[in-house]
Formats: sequence, C-alpha cells, structure tokens
Amino acid sequence: MRRFSLSSLLSESLNGHRGWGRQWRDPQPKPAYDVVIVGGGGHGLATAYYLATVHGITNVAVLEKGWIGGGNTGRNTTIIRSNYLYDESAALYEHALKLWEGLSQELNYNVMFSQRGVLMLAHNLHDVQSFKRHVYANRLNGIDNEWLTKEECKEFCPPIDISGSLRYPVLGGALQRRAGTARHDAVAWGYARGADARGVDIIQNCEVKGIRRDASGAAIGVETTRGYIGAKRIGVVAAGHTSTVMAMADVRMPLESYPLQALVSEPVKPVFPCVVMSNAVHAYISQSDKGELVIGAGTDQYTSYSQQGGLHITTHTLDAICEVFPQFTRMRMLRSWGGIVDVTPDRSPIIGKTPVENLFVNCGWGTGGFKATPGSGHVFAHTLAKGEPHPINAPFTLDRFRTGRLIDEAAAAAVAH
Amino acid sequence: MAQPFRLSRGGRIDRSRPVRFTFNGRTVEGFHGDSVASALLANGIHLVGRSFKYHRPRGILSHGPDEPSALLSVDRGPGRIDPNNRASVVEARDGLKTLSQNHWPSLEHDIGAVNDLLSPVFVAGFYYKTFMWPRKFWDKVYEPFIRAAAGLGKAPSVPDPDRYANRHAHCDVLVVGAGPAGLSAALAAARTGKRVILADEGPEPGGALLHDVTAEIDGRPAAEWLSATLAELDSRETVILLPRTTAFGYYNHNHVALAERITDHLPNPGTAPRERLWQVRAEQVVLAGGSHERPLVFADNDRPGILLAESVRVFINRYGVAPGRRIVFATSGASAYAAALDAKAAGLHVTLVDLRTESECGPELARLKATGAEVLTGHTVIGAKGTKRVTGLIVAPVDRAGRCGARRLLPCDCVGMSGGWTPAVHLFSQSRGKLAYDETIDAFRPGTSVQAERSAGASRGTYDLAGCLQEGFAAGAAAARSEERRNFTASPTLTGFRPVRAMPTDVDPGKVRAFVDFQNDVTAKDITLAVREGFHSIEHVKRYTTTGMATDQGKTSNMNALGIVAGQLDKTLPGVGTTTFRPPYTPVTFGALVGPARHALFDPIRTTPIHEWAEEHGALFENVALWRRAWYFPKSGEDLHEAVARECEAVRKGVGIFDASTLGKIEVVGPDAAEFMNRIYINPWLKLDVGRCRYGLMLKEDGYILDDGVVARIAPDCFHVTTTTGGAPRVLAHMEDYLQTEWPDLRVFLTSTTEQWAVIALQGPKAREVIAPLVDGIDLSPEAFPHMAMRQGTICGVPTRLFRVSFTGELGFEINVPSDHARAVWEAVWKAGQAHGITPYGTETMHVLRAEKGYIIIGQETDGTVTPDDVGLSGMIAKAKKDFVGKRSLARPDVVASGRKQLVGLVTDDPKVVLDEGAQIVDDPGQPIPMRMLGHVTSSYWSPNCGRSIAMALVADGRARQGRSLHVTTPEGFARVTVVDPVFFDPKGERIHA
Amino acid sequence: MLLIACPYCGNRPETEFRCGGQAHIARPADPGALSDAQWAEYLFIRDNPRGIHAERWNHVHGCGRWFNARRDTVSDRFLATYKMGETPQSQESNSILSTSTQAEARA
Repeated sequence: MRRFSLSSLLSESLNGHRGWGRQWRDPQPKPAYDVVIVGGGGHGLATAYYLATVHGITNVAVLEKGWIGGGNTGRNTTIIRSNYLYDESAALYEHALKLWEGLSQELNYNVMFSQRGVLMLAHNLHDVQSFKRHVYANRLNGIDNEWLTKEECKEFCPPIDISGSLRYPVLGGALQRRAGTARHDAVAWGYARGADARGVDIIQNCEVKGIRRDASGAAIGVETTRGYIGAKRIGVVAAGHTSTVMAMADVRMPLESYPLQALVSEPVKPVFPCVVMSNAVHAYISQSDKGELVIGAGTDQYTSYSQQGGLHITTHTLDAICEVFPQFTRMRMLRSWGGIVDVTPDRSPIIGKTPVENLFVNCGWGTGGFKATPGSGHVFAHTLAKGEPHPINAPFTLDRFRTGRLIDEAAAAAVAH
Repeated sequence: MAQPFRLSRGGRIDRSRPVRFTFNGRTVEGFHGDSVASALLANGIHLVGRSFKYHRPRGILSHGPDEPSALLSVDRGPGRIDPNNRASVVEARDGLKTLSQNHWPSLEHDIGAVNDLLSPVFVAGFYYKTFMWPRKFWDKVYEPFIRAAAGLGKAPSVPDPDRYANRHAHCDVLVVGAGPAGLSAALAAARTGKRVILADEGPEPGGALLHDVTAEIDGRPAAEWLSATLAELDSRETVILLPRTTAFGYYNHNHVALAERITDHLPNPGTAPRERLWQVRAEQVVLAGGSHERPLVFADNDRPGILLAESVRVFINRYGVAPGRRIVFATSGASAYAAALDAKAAGLHVTLVDLRTESECGPELARLKATGAEVLTGHTVIGAKGTKRVTGLIVAPVDRAGRCGARRLLPCDCVGMSGGWTPAVHLFSQSRGKLAYDETIDAFRPGTSVQAERSAGASRGTYDLAGCLQEGFAAGAAAARSEERRNFTASPTLTGFRPVRAMPTDVDPGKVRAFVDFQNDVTAKDITLAVREGFHSIEHVKRYTTTGMATDQGKTSNMNALGIVAGQLDKTLPGVGTTTFRPPYTPVTFGALVGPARHALFDPIRTTPIHEWAEEHGALFENVALWRRAWYFPKSGEDLHEAVARECEAVRKGVGIFDASTLGKIEVVGPDAAEFMNRIYINPWLKLDVGRCRYGLMLKEDGYILDDGVVARIAPDCFHVTTTTGGAPRVLAHMEDYLQTEWPDLRVFLTSTTEQWAVIALQGPKAREVIAPLVDGIDLSPEAFPHMAMRQGTICGVPTRLFRVSFTGELGFEINVPSDHARAVWEAVWKAGQAHGITPYGTETMHVLRAEKGYIIIGQETDGTVTPDDVGLSGMIAKAKKDFVGKRSLARPDVVASGRKQLVGLVTDDPKVVLDEGAQIVDDPGQPIPMRMLGHVTSSYWSPNCGRSIAMALVADGRARQGRSLHVTTPEGFARVTVVDPVFFDPKGERIHA
Repeated sequence: MLLIACPYCGNRPETEFRCGGQAHIARPADPGALSDAQWAEYLFIRDNPRGIHAERWNHVHGCGRWFNARRDTVSDRFLATYKMGETPQSQESNSILSTSTQAEARA
C-alpha cells in the first residue's frame, strides 16, 4: 500500500498523478479462505480489516454482490454518536466512537470524521425527561452528553427556531459534542484499502447464491456467481439482504427490511454547524462538507427491497425541517434516495453466532448502523477469530428474542401521554 | 447602448414590453419573454459565475433546465432571496435582483481562483489523501476551510413570506412535456374524451417548436400547428394544461409529482401561492420530456461564451439574441448544422468544425456550405483561448486513429458545441423501467416498462420531427385506449452523430483540463485517475470524483463520464452501467413539498369543549399527543410551582375541577363483550357487576404494558373503556386487530367515543357537596354510590354517566356528559363550586396528586419494557385465565429472572431536594466510571401535601431494597435517597372512600 | 405512495392504510403449551422475502377493516388483496401488471 502523505501527494501533483496505483486489487476468488465475509459494506470491510490487523487472519475474502459500499454505507446520513441509554448499546457505540476518533490516521485515509456535535431537540415534557435520563446515564457510562436550554440550543445551532410559534416548540436539547459525521464512502474505501494491503481479497460483482453445509450441518463454504468458495468460518454482514442469505442456511431471522429515505438540498455556503435530530417531529439534518443539507427521512411502513419509498415520507420530513428551520423553505431538494434497512424487533443489532456451526451473523442495525461501523467490525472480527463474542457484543445475541432480554432503546423513549 | 446583442428581429419576446432587472447591481434590460440568461446575453454578459472548486470563470452553457454553470442568487423582494437559480429558467421580470455566487471579493476578481493554480494538487479525491496531520487540525482548521470554500450560494436567512399549495389530482392520461411528441400525445388522448393533464416545465408549451422556426408540419409552418393544437386542447374541459410545471418524481403505482411555479415570474405575486405541488395518480403516463445535448470534452471547454450548439440556436431564434457575433460551432453530429444555418441566417459569422469526415456527414454539410460558411470536417478541437470570455478555438485536422495535424486558431467570441444527444430517461428510470443501450444513438433509451407508462419522441431517442409527432400521437392514443393512429409529414430534422468521449488532442491528455462536470469541476483526467485507482463501477467513479453530483445531477456530464470510463476500461457503455436516476428531475423547493403544513397545520391540534374556558381562565397548555391540555392555571404573579402547590392543596382540602376529556374512550358492545375484555386485559371481567368500575391493564403480546384505564360495565353486553390520552388510537387499533384477525367469531363491536363524551373530573372532600344539587336520578350517598361505581342519570338536565373514581386519592367523580353540553355543565359545576372554593387544576397538579398516591402513568413509569410485576401490579392478573394477550411472554426466562427493575418510592435525605426525572440511581457514587446503574427516577415532584419532595423510580430488585440508601444523580453530583413504598399520602387509602 | 385496493372500498392511497406485517401467522391456540423458542418464533421470526410476500393491511382511515395482500417486495406491485379468511387469487403468472390492469382485475 502506497501511503498517503503530503509529500506523496505533492510529488504526484508534479507527475500528473500517474503514480497512484489501485486502492485495492481486483483478485480472482481463491478456492477457499479461512474466513469469508458476505457483504462488502462498511461493516463487512471493517470486519476484514480488523481480522487482518488485530487477529493476524489475512486469508480472508469479502464477497460483494455489486460494488463495495454500495448499500446503506453509501446511502445514509452519516450521523455518528454514542449517547445511547442502555449499558449494552452505550458500550457498543462508544467503542465505535473511540475508533472513529483515530480512524483517518489508523487507515491513512481521510474519512473526514467531524466532531461537530449532535444536538437532539426536545419538543415536549416527555422528551425532556427522556433526554435527561439519557444525559445522566451517559455521564455515568463515561459518555459525554449534556442538557442545553432552548436558548443554549439556539446559541449552538443558530438556525433553530425556538419561538413558541412551532406546533411543538423546542424546550431544550441534549448535546453530544464528540458526536458528528463522516464521509461515508471514504469509510468503505479506507477499510477496503487497508484490508487489501494486508492480503484480504475484496471480490466485487460476486453474489452469494448458496451456503454449503457438511453432513453435520456445519457451514463449509458459499456458492457464488463466481463459483464455489470454501470457508472455515462465514460471517454474514448483508444488512437488508441478511434474511435472504441466512435462508440459504435454513436460518430464519427476526428481521424485516424496510425502505429508508434520505435527501440532500442544493449546496450552499456554511449555514448549519452541527447535526440536529428531532425525534418528536422526525427531522434529522446536517450540512455536508460539500454544502448540501443532508436530511434523513423515515422508513416506509411496508417491507421492500426496492430502494425507493413514497413521496409522503419525504414531504413529512421536510414539513418537520421547515417547521424547526423556517428559513429553509426556499431551499431546494436536489436528490432523494432510499436504502434497505434490516430491523429487529427491539431495533438493536444481532452480532454473533447462529444455530449453524461456523456461520456468524452481524445484522439488524436498522436505521443507525453507519455510526457503529468501526466498532461493529472490530467486535465481529473478534467473534469470527475466536468463535466466541467479544464482551461488548455478547449481549447482542439471536437468543435474546427467546429469553426476552431485549435491548429496546426506542421503547425506552416511549411517547408521551 | 442597451441590448447590443439583441437581433433586430425574430424571437418570441415582446419587444413592446421592456423589463429591467439587475445583475450584480448593474441594470440589465430585456424584454418580456426573456429568461435571465437571454437578457444577460442580449447585453453581452457571459461571465456570470465561478465554479465550485477551482473558482474558474463560468458563463451560460445552456438554455434549459440542464444548466450547470449559470447559477444566480435571485432576490425577489424582502425575504424572497434564494440561491442557485439557473439563469436559463428564471424568467426576466421587472425588479429582480440577481447576483453571481461563489466568489470574493468580486466576480471579476476572485481570490478563490488561486485554487485554479493549485489544480495539480486538487485532483479528484485528493482530500482523502491528506488533511490528516495533525489529527486535531481536521475539525479546527482543514474542515472549516473546506466548508467555507464549498457550497455555492448563500442559504436564505429569514423566514419565507411566500406560501405554497398542495393539490392531489387523478387523470386518465398524464403527459409530461409539451413538445411536439407530448402535444401530439395529449391531442390523441384528449380526443377520446379522457381526462388529460399536460405538464411542461417551460413558460410556454411547444418545446423545440418554439425555436425550430423553419420547421413545417403537414405542409404548414410548425407554429400554425402549434397554435391550432393548443387551441384544441384549450377548448376541451377534460384537459388541464400546466405550464411552468415540472414532473419531477415518478413513484409507485403511477404516482407522479409535479411542481408548478406560479408567481416567481410575476412582478406582483399578490396573494397567490408561490408554487404548487401536484400529486397526480394517473391511469396512464406518457413521457415526452425530450433530450439533452452533450458538451464536447476539450481543454478549457468551460470558458464563458462556450455554449451548447442547440442553445445558441435557441437564443437566436426564440429570444432574438446573438450569443456572439463570430460563432464557431464544434460538433460531431448533424444537429449543430441547424444551429449554424440559423446563426448564418441571423447574419452572424459562422464557422463549423466537425469531427466527422465528409463522408460521414449527411445533407447538412452541403446545406451549410451553400450559405458560404466555412466548414472544417475531420477536425478536432484542441482547446479554447480566453479566460473570462472565449476568444478563439484551436482546432486541428485529425485522423481516425486520433493523430492530429497542424493547429489552427479560429478567433471567435462564441462557441456552440455539440457532442450528440441523450434522451431524458429520468422519469422512466425513476418508474423503475429498465434502460436499454442503443448503439445507433449512443445512448440509453427506455427498455422494459414496469409501470403503466410509455415514452415518445426524443426522450425515447426519436429525434426527427415527424417521428416525434407520430410516436406521440400513438402513445397518447394507446394510453387512452384508442386505436387511432395518425401520420404526420414534417420537414426533415438533421440527426445523427459520431459518439465522442474526450476530443482527440495533440498534447498529453494527463495535462489537459477538459471539463466533464462543469459545476463540480470534474475533468476527464480526474475520471481517468479514479479508474486508475481502482474505481471501476460508475457509482464509484461518481462518488470519488463527484461527477454527476452537481445541481444538474449529471444531465450534461453523465454520458461523457460514462464514455470516458468505458474507454479506460475498454468496456461498452452498458458494461459500465449507469448511475440510478433519483427524484427530483430538477431541484424542487422545500416549500412546495411542505405546502401549508406549518405551525397549526403541521399536525392537527385537538382541543376539548372546555379549552376556551381554560383559555379564558388563564391556563397555560402543554402538548400531549395531538391534544392541547391545560397544564396549570396560574394566578397573577404565580410561577408553575406556586400555582401547582396552590392547586394541589385546594384539591386535598376542598375541591378541584379538572378537564379529563382527552382520555380515550371506547365502547365495547356485544354478546361476547366480556369474553373479549377478558382476552385483551390482564384482569378478569366476566363477573364485574353492571354499574361497577375496574382499573384495567393491557399488555402487548410481548408482555410489556401497553395501556391502562378505568372501565365501567354499563350493561351485561356493554363496557365503557377508558384509555390514556395518547394511547386511544393504538388501543383501539390493538383491539380491532385481535377482534378482526384472531377472534372474528366473537360478536363484539368497538366504537371510539373519545370525542362524544367530555369528562369533568371533580376531586376533593367537597366534591359530593358541589354536584349534589345538580344531579338527578342518582343517589350520591357513599353507601349507594361507593368508590369504583358508575351510575347513569342527569346533571343539569343532561344525561350523564357519572363515575365515582379518583386519580387523586380523594373522593372524586368523573362526570361524563355529551360533548355538546360539556361547557354548560362545566360552568354550572363551576358556579355551584364557588361556595366551596372550587379550584381549576391542570395536568401538572394531576401528576403530583397521583404521584402522592403512587399511581403510575403509562409512558412515565412504564416505557415499553415494563411488565405488570415491574410496577407492582401483578396482583391484577386474573390467575384463573388460561390466556390473555401477553400472558405467555410473562413466563419468558428473562421476564421471570431476578434483578428486574421494580417500582419504588424515593425520598431524599434533604426534603427540599427535588430530583430530576430521568436521573440515574447507583449504590455507590464513588465507584469508577462506567458505573453500575440500578435504575432511574420516573416521576419527581415537590409535594405540597407531604411538605417535601417525593419521587418514584424503577430500581433493580427495588422492592427488596426498601429502607436502604441509594444515590441519585443531580446536575451537581449525587443526592442520597431512601427507598420507600411509592404511596406517600394517605397510605391507608381512607380519603377515597369518604 | 402505494395505491391499495381495499377489498371493501376499492383503490385508495396508502396514507389511508396501516401495514400490519406478515400475514397468515395465526396466534397459537394455547400459548402456554409452547416452548420459549416456539413462542419467540411466533412473536418475532418473519419471512422477510425478496419477492412475493403475504402481508396484512388495515384500512384504518377508511372502513377500518383488516385484510390481506400479496405484494412483490422487489417491485412493490400488488398481486392481490383479499378479505380475512379468503384465499388469494393466484396472479403470480402475470409478469407485468400495471396498477390499472390490477384495478380492472379487481372490478
């Protein structure tokens, strides 16, 4: 791997940039690998990277049906935060956030992790109580999160309308200053480049069509559009397509795949300094380095693999944006799109073993998986390397749906009465 | 001299109606019918902006919605300023103020242009390779710098004075685009009598007919056909013709979204909405959105004065403007000859450079040569001269192998370039139709349809006029289920081109800055670099270089980028693929999408019949679900705490009146009503006597508490169910779901009666005395009407279901009366209560009073993860019932395990300290972080009646910790508390039976 | 926004409906007899197919009735909607079924 540095960039500048080689190879699949990862999104690529760097396992293939980072990695609104309520989630997302903080240097790839702060607005008394619960819990878990009055919210993010004329006026907010955004595509590319440099084969345009199992039922490899590939262990990291892949091994999952939409405005000069989330009115907004307002919409109500949703979801989101930021009504929507998010019954991920020997799964990230990318890859690599979960992902079992030990962050933020 | 580049005749502008607007403060004159772009060109203004990254001078490239460069901030009056308007689609009108963007200190002298000198460093993806050292510099130094440099115009900073409208419509045939194909389609469909909507993005229907001034249709000038067609469409009541209306999104099941611009072109918008969003559900759709011209990719092809060839033609013919006096057309196809012929006819100096050899050309060559214009076939364009305006074009002969001959400089002040055409397949692709690559037109065209639509004309790759008309007519007829077909004759159209990617050049392509995406400053060598670095999927190339991600979303750049990638990889275009077309087709104003949905119309506001009385009596309100509820009733000078303290004491010592009308109410009726209740609730219902009430608790199937409320049995087959305020819709939905889908055999009917019954809660020791004189037909004595009973009678002559229930722990009544009579009854009770010191109270006091009694509130003590046992209510479960919704889940291993959080009371060591709701609880505040948290405070108040603070909490194994000390977080640190029973007031519950 | 043919009311826009997830999962007659794993299967495990999916819809802002539908989760095209207790007409063989022809098939 040719390291990126100021001097390499400058010397290439004089050379018409002819010296830059491929950021990752385009290898032919080998007959077998120690670990095969199904899914070349951020989580899958991060898993491969940490298998190689932390566990020294480099005989690894990442199989991607299309192009790497082409699923939810390249379709999300890039919000990164760790201010989760429950200890289990807080540990997982904080683990990820700590890795984000050094990721550009670790990967020698600028993923533009920008700690501009995530401000979550409270619009009713119930929100206030719920956010304070988060703030207090986070503090005791060593996670920064602070309560701001509405005036402090306005000071931190001047575009917010804190007047009483809103249908649901802003009453205050919870701010995590270490939270922020990153350049989503670069995360996939950076991990791919780092993994490839250590020997991992990243194989694009390679769709898994079956999972081969031996007489004992253990998984031993995958059938793909580019032939059979043997594997000592298989990690499925296929997001919205996880149910389909796991069905190849006769494993039924507690997952449903929904369209999730997002949109951007035309680019404008800096006007929005942070990330604002408003669960009560369903608005999520930040401004990209390119200048676009990046706005997250909600999921459609039905399962779908179409990567397209209804206009009413988009308009509902913009209703909320223009309610809280009335000066943006004259802005224009430039592009909207959809992803497919896999949602579990408690809306927390499943990371660990499956009933099939040698088959592991990392899924169910729902609408919030991007922020976890480094942490998810790190603990899943551990799980694949050791055959047992890392303490951080140990609670995120498939079995919790049997025992009832759910990790339901959304229920904990129950609506007001 | 005004408008030096206005041609002396021609164009569709109204020369009798001059308009004046400003550009960067300078007054610009034009005529009614001009676009801002045409008026600027009429005044010789080409330099109108700076590019995104390199701050290169940019001009006007196009006449239409694909314009990537000429983006202006437009000021239409106070509060009506917005950025990034395409000069080509903004209609010129009096009073507009337009400003160029992305430069400092001025358009002509832009410091940012230093980036252009650094362009060898600032190649595609350079930022991924740098700005990493030292780490802290990203947030503090590099990113702020990048962000300040990026973005185009400035976002509006004040609320928008304009309003926006929404409309839903249905039609049989929606036709998108009113060019020859769309008009012909609309005509065919309209003649069948079907309902037709014809939408066109321009101010005037006609499409290419508006500038194809020499065209003939059926032997007559095309303009005559156009006016006859419009007249016929206009005469039909079943046709809606929408100019200035862009079909921008094609969604599921033929749901098509249109954005209509209503007032931007009017000097005085009046009270009309600025824009209107049309959501059309069409039986059939005809897509006739035309095509886009491709720029040629050569060095410095972005200089002001270099336009698309067809745009030059449009400016000359439609606007009567000469984009230059000395024009060089550079092309690889036939259509530019039409532009050249029209330029020549307008008296301009014309030279045409064609990459094609003479033998590749059609009749266009001879026609142009016949005018005396110089035509250089077999020539490539090496580059452009000039910086803020093109001054010349360097051309050279080239052979098919790409070898260039001697250069020649063609001096000029305008270039019209054409690299061929791309059908506008955006909406077709959005409809999920499969694109098919057609080598003969070097483009993707609509392939397999998925929805009920068909494409016609140039958007289908049919470029000749007769073909467009014929295809349009056939599509319109077929969409309207008619067999009618028509043949059209028309003057021939000059079509055909040789596909070209980057133009052949005699210099090192690695050093050539030939722009592919003009706005985002992506050059051919950027794309080459991306491919070299392994970005082979077109989606990767797009994301790495940002080509196609500008505000034109690749309309001018995508095919050139794709061609360059394909060339690099030695693949075919379909082998590389296309990026996905996403809504919107062109940018859409947020306001149009939002419509009137702001403030009070953002969400419905539900109010009770008592709302106005509460307003009149000074109540402050809180939002609870969709309801506005009276929060507290401050007397002058009182704050929340003072008012609530007074209200709380009044209830316990005298009597308080409270509006409980927002409680959800459901009438459960039918022979199997009791059985149904038994299955839905955890409690037993079969033996509840008529006239008695019971507090009911219901679970979701996962075992967690869904809702609660008092239920009265009105009759053996009738229950009056109450729910929480916010829970009413979901409880009814929950009940209906089970009734309809699991137990359809049960004879039960469910009716929401939330808005039929208003509820006046009268609570306090004097409650009985207050209502006694008003009630008829009910014996109010404690013996005859005990706690948890319901009686029917009248109050003030109004029929009532009178509940003797209490959420305060006091003697209390909830007076259910029909909503229409509620205010009258309320006022009567209020009047009768004056002698007893009756006090109105709000939700805050209600919360405090119930907390003093340890009553839970769903959503406060429970949060969707709480079981009946967790809140100490497992005793309510009917042990004899084999099943009810949620029962099985209560036996899951983790639900029966020890260590669950249980509801307890907390009292602080310092009685004055009121804990924060949401505060966390620990055993040992000295432990290291991360601390082990035992639970959290669910409710916390100052209790005037207890004379101290009280709190409820969910604490791990809480019931076993009674009497123990714990520590609760405060803003400053921790407060020590003792775990107690959660009933703080009247623990024996005697008052309620008074 | 989908166009949904309520078996009771005809074609109506999606915003009048609430989707109730996978259809034809009967509530066990005797939940108490089920193991924890079987109960979890009933509560949580869903088919989530990429293709034809049977699902429940409620015309909540219309007639209030629940009904079933078969929909292709790749194209979002409805193959059939039918009342609770009915079996769907099999229309899977029609490869391209526009919303309008679907409406006609229902009429």
